[in-house]
Amino acid sequence: MRRRGRWLGAYAWLVYLFLYAPIAILVVFSFNKSTQTAVWAGGTLDWYRSLARNELILASVKNSLIVGVASTIIATVFGTLAALALGRYEFRGKGITKNLLYLPIIIPEIVIGAALVTFFGVLALHLSLWTVTLAHVVFCVSFVAIVVRARLSGFDRSLEEAALDLGARPVQTFFRVTLPLIAPGIVAGALLSFTISIDDYVVTSFVAGVGATTLPLQIYSMLKVGVTPEVNAVSTLLLLVTVVLIVIAQRLQQPPGEGVRD
Amino acid sequence: MSSAAAPSVGIRSLTKRFGDAAAVDAVSLDIRRGEFFSLLGPSGCGKTTLLRMIGGFELPTEGSISINGADMTRTPPYERPVNMVFQHYALFPHLTVEENVAFGLRYKRVPRAGEGKRVADALALVQLAGFGKRRPDQLSGGQRQRVALARALALEPQVLLLDEPLGALDQKLRKEVQVQLKHLQRSLGITFVFVTHDQEEALTMSDRIAVMHGGRVEQVDEATRVFERPATEFVANFMGASNFFAGRVREAVNGTVALTLKAGGEVRLATEGVQYRVGDDVRFVVRPEKLDLRLRDLSGHGVPSLPVTIEDRVYQGVSTVWIVRDRADERFVVYEQNEKPFEETSKFTVGGGAYVCWNARHAVVIGGGAERQ
Amino acid sequence: MKPDGRDTGGRAAYPLILPTWATLGIFFLLPLTILFLVSFGQRGTYGGLKPIEDFRTYVLSGKFLANYARSLHPIYLQIFWRSIWMAVATTAACLAISYPIAYYIAIVAPQRRRGLLLGLVVVPFWTSFLIRTYAWMFLLRTEGLINRVLTGTGLVAHPVELLYNNFAVLIGLVYGELPFMILPLFASLEKLDLSLLEAAEDLGAGRAAAFRRVTVPLTMPGIVAGIILVFVPSLGQFIVSDLLGGAKTILAGNLIQNQFAVARHKPFGAAVAFELTAAVLALLFAYTVYTRRKGQDVLL
Repeated sequence: MRRRGRWLGAYAWLVYLFLYAPIAILVVFSFNKSTQTAVWAGGTLDWYRSLARNELILASVKNSLIVGVASTIIATVFGTLAALALGRYEFRGKGITKNLLYLPIIIPEIVIGAALVTFFGVLALHLSLWTVTLAHVVFCVSFVAIVVRARLSGFDRSLEEAALDLGARPVQTFFRVTLPLIAPGIVAGALLSFTISIDDYVVTSFVAGVGATTLPLQIYSMLKVGVTPEVNAVSTLLLLVTVVLIVIAQRLQQPPGEGVRD
Repeated sequence: MSSAAAPSVGIRSLTKRFGDAAAVDAVSLDIRRGEFFSLLGPSGCGKTTLLRMIGGFELPTEGSISINGADMTRTPPYERPVNMVFQHYALFPHLTVEENVAFGLRYKRVPRAGEGKRVADALALVQLAGFGKRRPDQLSGGQRQRVALARALALEPQVLLLDEPLGALDQKLRKEVQVQLKHLQRSLGITFVFVTHDQEEALTMSDRIAVMHGGRVEQVDEATRVFERPATEFVANFMGASNFFAGRVREAVNGTVALTLKAGGEVRLATEGVQYRVGDDVRFVVRPEKLDLRLRDLSGHGVPSLPVTIEDRVYQGVSTVWIVRDRADERFVVYEQNEKPFEETSKFTVGGGAYVCWNARHAVVIGGGAERQ
Repeated sequence: MKPDGRDTGGRAAYPLILPTWATLGIFFLLPLTILFLVSFGQRGTYGGLKPIEDFRTYVLSGKFLANYARSLHPIYLQIFWRSIWMAVATTAACLAISYPIAYYIAIVAPQRRRGLLLGLVVVPFWTSFLIRTYAWMFLLRTEGLINRVLTGTGLVAHPVELLYNNFAVLIGLVYGELPFMILPLFASLEKLDLSLLEAAEDLGAGRAAAFRRVTVPLTMPGIVAGIILVFVPSLGQFIVSDLLGGAKTILAGNLIQNQFAVARHKPFGAAVAFELTAAVLALLFAYTVYTRRKGQDVLL
C-alpha cells in the first residue's frame, strides 16, 4: 500500500490546491497595486481603505448584519425548540415535520425566491429588510434544527434520569443538566445560521427591496459592472469572517476528544 | 411478613405493559429493611423494568409500590426517598466529582456550608477522598462507579437501587467491588436492590434473591436456597443445576417416596410434605457438583446409583467436568474437584462405564413456579 | 422516557414545534402553493397577473396549462437539456475527482491527520458560493491570471476566451460542489472494513478486482448520496451560469430568474420553477426509495 499511498497523497494535495488556489489568488490580488488585475504591481492596502470609504458597501454590510442577527436569533430559538420536540416526543405529524425541515434546503433557492416574491406581492407587502429577514429565517430554521437535533441525539438520557433521581424537578433538570450539555450545539447552529444568512444571494435578490441591499447583493452588482480589486478586498474580508465563524462552530460541535465529523 | 414494621419496598401485583407485551407481569414482592436483595435473570426478563418502576422512571400499568409503608406508585423520582446507581453511571460530564456528588444536596435543603462535609463524607465512604476536583472523563471505570455510588449515598436514601453497576468492570475488579459493596451495605444498613444477570454475583452479595423470567418471579428465597433448592425448571437451569431426572412413584410411605427412574433403577427421596400418589411422574434435579462418579453400584447401600457411559471429559484446572449418558440416552454433567495430582491416571475412561451417585438429600423436586417468601 | 419520568405522550411537543410549523407553513409552503397556482395564470399587462374572466372555460379548455405547454418549446427544451447534461457532467467530474481524495483521507492518511484533512475540505464548503465563483471569474478572464500565464509563457499568441461558455460554467460548478461529493464519500469509506479487502486479496482478487468487487459496492451508499447532493443543486444552479456563463449558457435557474426580474412573466417563470421542483423531488423520492431498500441512511 505504500506505493499507492504516495500517489494518492500527491493527488490529494493537487485537489487541495485546486480548492484553495483560486481563493488564495483572490486574496493575494486584493493587495495588488495595479488595477490591471493580473499583473502584480506591489502590495498595498489602498483597496481596503477605499472600501472603508465606500458608502454603498458600508450600508450593505450594515444591512447584512441586521438581517443576519435578527434571522439568527429567531431561527435559533425556533430551531432549538423544534429539535427538542423532534428528539424527545412522539407526536402526530412528527414524520411530516422531519421531512418538512429538509425541504427548504433541498428545493432550489431560485424556486424559494420566486415563491416568496410572489407571495409578498400577493400580500401587497413592501419589500424591505424585514422580508429578507423572514426569508432567511425560513431556511436557517432548518439548519439550526438539524444541527441541534444531531447534538441532542447523542445526548445521554440517563443523565436527566439521574438528575430527577437526585431530587431535581424537570425544569431544574433542564437548566442544570440538559441545557449546559446541548449549549455548544445551539451555538454552533446559530453560527451556521448567521454564516448562511450573510452569504446568501439568490433568495435575497428576489425579496430585497430598494435600500435593503445586503453585502452579497452589493458584491454581485459590483461584479456585473466590472472586476476591480475592491471586489477582491471585500471578498477577502467576507471570507475571513466566514472562516473564523465556521471554525468556531466546528469546534463547538465536537464533543471533547473526538475528531472532526460532519 | 412477620414483624409489624412495613417492608422497605412493598410491591403488589405490579404490571408494566408496552403495547401488548407485559415486561413485568403481576409481580408481588416484599423487600425487607436493611437487606441486600437481588433481582436476577436473563436479559429481557423484566428485572430492569421492575427496578425502574421502584425508582419512579416507569409508570406501572397496574399494581402498586409502597416504600416504607407509604404508597409511591405514581410519585415522581425526585420525591421518592430512593436513589439509583445507573448502569453506565450517568455522571454529569460538565461537573466535577464534587459537584456531581453535591448535585442532589440542594434539594434536601442542606445549607451550603454543610454540603462540603456531606460530599467529603460520601467520597471517603467509597475511598475517593481527594478526587473532588477531577472530572468524570479523567476517571477510570471503577472510579466512576464509585462516584455514582457516592452521589446516591450522599442523599442518605432509604433504599438504594443498583442497575447492573458492575457490568463494565473487568473480572478481577468486579470481584473486589462485589465484596466491597457487600461490606458497605452491611455497615450502612440501607436496603439495597441489585439487578444482575450473573448468578455468581447475586450469590456473592445477596441476602435474598428473586429469580425472574418473562416478567414473572419464579422464586424468591435466601441465596443458598435458590442455589441448592431451585423451585422451578427455569431456576434450576439458570443456576446451573442442569441434571434432570425423571421417575415414577412406586410407593409413598413414612415420609419417603420411592421412584422408579426412567432409565432403570430406583431412588428414595424425602417427601417434604408433598402428597404423592402411586403412578405420579416426578422430576428432580441434582447439581453437578453434588454428583459423584463411582465404579460400583452402591444402591445396595441405600445410595442412589445410576448406570452411565462416560461420553466426554473436560479438564478445567480446578475441576474436571464429566459428561455421561444413562441408558435412556439422557445426558448428565458431573463436576469433580481435582484433588488428586494430575499425574495419577483416573479410574474412569471415556467410553467406559460408571455409576453416578448422590446423596438423596441433594435431590430437589421441581414443581412449577413456586413462590416462597 | 420523558424528562419528568412520565409517559405523557406528545402533548408537550406542540408548543415547541408550533413556531417552526407556523414559519414553514406560512412562509414556505404557502408561498410555494401560491406560486404553483400562479403557474396556471396569465400574465397581466404590467407584469402582474391578468384576472381570469371565465373560470370554467379557462380550466376546461386547457388554457390553464398554457405556461407548461410553452415550456415545451424547443427553445426552452434546449435550456432544460443543457441544465441536465451540465448537472450530469458536473456530477461525473465531481465523482471522479473526489473518490481518490476521499479514499486518501479515509484510509491512507494517518488517523490523527484525518480531522485536519477533512476540515480543510469542509471550510470552503461553507464560504460564500458567490465569492468562490467570483474567484474563477477572476482567473478565467481575458486579463486574468491564467491567460497571463498562457500568453506570457508563449503557449498561445492571443488570450483564450476561457470565460462565458459551458466550460467555464462546468469548472465553476465542479469547484463549488466538490465538497458535497467528498464528504459523503468519506463517510462511506471511513466505515469500510479493511479486513474485507485483505480477505478478497487472500482469495485471489487483484487490487483492481478487489476495488471493483468489494470497495465500490460497499461504498455505494456514499456514492449515491454524493450524486444526489451534487446533482440536485447543479440542476437548480443560477449564480455560476450567470457569472461565468454569460448569454451563451442559460440554465433553468437563469431562465426562471429572467422571467421574474426582466421579462416579468411570473406565470411562465412559476411553471418552469415547478418543473424544476418536480424534477428535484422526483430524484429525492428515488433516493429515499433506494436508502429504504438498502436499510441504511448515509446522510439524511
